[in-house]
Amino acid sequence: MAIETTGSVSGVELTNAAPTDPSAFLIEPPRARTKRTGRKSRTNFEMLAWLFMRLSGVVLVFLVLGHLIIQLVLDGGVTKISFAFVAGRWASPFWQGWDLLMLWLAMLHGANGMRTVINDYAERDTTRFWLKVLLVTATVFTVLLGTLVIFTFDPNIS
Amino acid sequence: MPAGTLYRGREGMWSWVAHRVTGVLIFFFLFAHVLDTALVRVSPEAYNSTIATYKTWPVNLMEYGLTAAILFHALNGLRVIAVDFWAKGPKYQRQMLWTVVTVWVVLMAGAFYPILQETLRNWFG
Repeated sequence: MAIETTGSVSGVELTNAAPTDPSAFLIEPPRARTKRTGRKSRTNFEMLAWLFMRLSGVVLVFLVLGHLIIQLVLDGGVTKISFAFVAGRWASPFWQGWDLLMLWLAMLHGANGMRTVINDYAERDTTRFWLKVLLVTATVFTVLLGTLVIFTFDPNIS
Repeated sequence: MPAGTLYRGREGMWSWVAHRVTGVLIFFFLFAHVLDTALVRVSPEAYNSTIATYKTWPVNLMEYGLTAAILFHALNGLRVIAVDFWAKGPKYQRQMLWTVVTVWVVLMAGAFYPILQETLRNWFG
């Protein structure tokens, strides 16, 4: 049974509240291009970054947990780690490749995560920019240093 | 006093917070870890003396904490992937979080002695 409400035309206006500004309900489509949208952003970078986080994440679960089991759990835990232990492991190209892949994937995965965190919390444009400059610098330095160390390791040093 | 104006979140929000915090922690450790490993290019003595700090009890406890952070991030990351790619993922996200927490507790219990064995032996003989 229909209940009578305040004066309405075809049931559209059910209350006698003041008419609301219709533009208050206007939500721009998220992909709408505005004056502030850069021209260079017409790529799938964000989607590819999202996909990379998931693909690298799956691989890192195996690489990092394997690394933790070897380094911290088996054979006396951390106490066994020494230069000789590292030399023994890096004598094998398999473990060199393992560590190299883990280094690259973990650094890129972590750097992209930090990029998200910076984008979320640094509100000023200049703050965001310089934090990302610092992030990229530290990431490039660390990845290159680690790669160099793995490839130039010398068990007979000094 | 206005009620219900502050969103305190549920499992979804808090797992997101924990994922973010553990991710940042792991990333900062990774920097330090690549730098300490780079000492193998300096000399065996430089590397061994730095690694000796990893064997002291305060750092040993931090290694257990690092393991806790990595394990949660790994397990919850698999849950995020399931939510994104599995058709029923969003429906079961809460059950999957409690699965993550349960597996995490079991693995952390299993890792307790192996990781902390040196510290435990020093403290309790």
